[in-house]
Amino acid sequence: MDVLLNNLDLFGPFFLTTIELFALAAVGSLVFGTILAMLRVSPVPVFRAIGTAYVTIVRNTPLTLVFAFFVFAYPLLNIVKVSYFTAAVVSLTVYTSAFICEVVRSGINTVPVGQAEAGRALGLNFGQILGQVVLPQALRSVVPPMISTLIALLKNSTIAGGFSVSEAGAIRSYISERGDNQMVALLWVALGFIILVSVLSFVQRSLEKRWSVAR
Amino acid sequence: MNNVLFDVPGPKSRMRHRLYAVIGIVVVLALIAFVVYSFYDSGQFTAQKWEWLQYAQVQSDLANAVVATLEAFALGAVFALIFGAVFAAGRLSDHAWVRGISTAIVEFFRAIPLLILMFLFYYGLPTLGFDTSPLFAVVLGLTLYNGSVLAEVFRAGVNSLPKGQAEAAYALGMRKTQVMFTVLLPQAIRAMLPTIISQLVVLLKDTALGFLVTYPELLYYARYIGSQGAFGRPIVPSTIVAAAIYIVMCLLLTALATYLERRNRRSKKHIEPTDRKAEQVMLGNAAGGQAFGGGLGGSS
Repeated sequence: MDVLLNNLDLFGPFFLTTIELFALAAVGSLVFGTILAMLRVSPVPVFRAIGTAYVTIVRNTPLTLVFAFFVFAYPLLNIVKVSYFTAAVVSLTVYTSAFICEVVRSGINTVPVGQAEAGRALGLNFGQILGQVVLPQALRSVVPPMISTLIALLKNSTIAGGFSVSEAGAIRSYISERGDNQMVALLWVALGFIILVSVLSFVQRSLEKRWSVAR
Repeated sequence: MNNVLFDVPGPKSRMRHRLYAVIGIVVVLALIAFVVYSFYDSGQFTAQKWEWLQYAQVQSDLANAVVATLEAFALGAVFALIFGAVFAAGRLSDHAWVRGISTAIVEFFRAIPLLILMFLFYYGLPTLGFDTSPLFAVVLGLTLYNGSVLAEVFRAGVNSLPKGQAEAAYALGMRKTQVMFTVLLPQAIRAMLPTIISQLVVLLKDTALGFLVTYPELLYYARYIGSQGAFGRPIVPSTIVAAAIYIVMCLLLTALATYLERRNRRSKKHIEPTDRKAEQVMLGNAAGGQAFGGGLGGSS
């Protein structure tokens, strides 16, 4: 308990940064991932190929490597200077989008064929069918795997701690500088994550109940 | 399923699609060209930054780094599969206390970020007087985390089997263990094989976290080479090389999963999962293979 109380000035702000990192990357990857999914089902073969290439490459690259690129290599390019925090948000978004894309796409697959056919019979075009008929139903049916992906994102955000972002994953190194017990500190960090993950799981269950589509 | 969302394009649409395709290609090429030019402009493609690849010493060190990565992967995979099988059996047990303990352990290790687990074993254990090595921390972390996820996969696989399978086996007079090992598990593993392998891809990628607990694996070596002044600090080239090696290794495993899935679907013995949860586990993983997220982050 002492380790936590003595270092509340670390735990508080660092966990807040984790949540901030999570929220920004979650919004970013939900938007970008959905766009990727739309590319992957679009009528234009080239768009489908672009989406597939992106997902294949990113899904087979370790997130730590993505971080290493944006933190170590990117600054050498002199494009736009970014802070470590921004680099972390970008890395997490780039990475998580590929997984969100696959979740959304599998959701699109669960929507019965008749829905899209009915849309076409009414004369809706591809964008209208996707945006107004298929995606709303697809997104509801993929709430559980979607939140699982977001939970993964939350846990992945600790990697940022290894790349100079002051968030929960970095608490350990500060604690060791102050000479407190690292084991205890790490257990508190672990507990913090268990609480955060439980909150997301709770959201998952309640959304699942409320949003389940009657079929 | 793609053609469900839109009609077969007529001549007019085809023209329009061709226009879109050209625009798409131009945009992507422009992006790639911009990145490559930025690399080139900042001197990342100069011969000096690539010449390290020609040194025999560097090549053998690079090979050693790959071997270290594969070693962590192999140990982690074997232990995680064992851990998963044991705790899946625990969660399916008829004894409430075995179920309780197994559930608590599995949920615990799934909720903690893998990196924090590795830190616990690498920096935490020495404070209690245990000597640890980076390899130990990496393998133990990979085992506990991915083992927990695999336990859920195994469990979902067994639960997805039609009830009649177990009932028929019991009717033949088999014991509980026999039912599990000769009837249920072989079918469950078969059904979940693609998911299991995609989880192993996750495990392979997660070995890169060893970089942060000073395990001398591929990414660690790439960073080391990238910081060498003698080669002009070739961090961009070394990251590119490391990325290429990781991607190839993961793609090989993914290809195996895809092949098995296709073979599965062809086979008449294949049983479609009937359980909604099992479908979600498969969906989550097919969709995921998530970083060290493995899908299935939270509740079961």
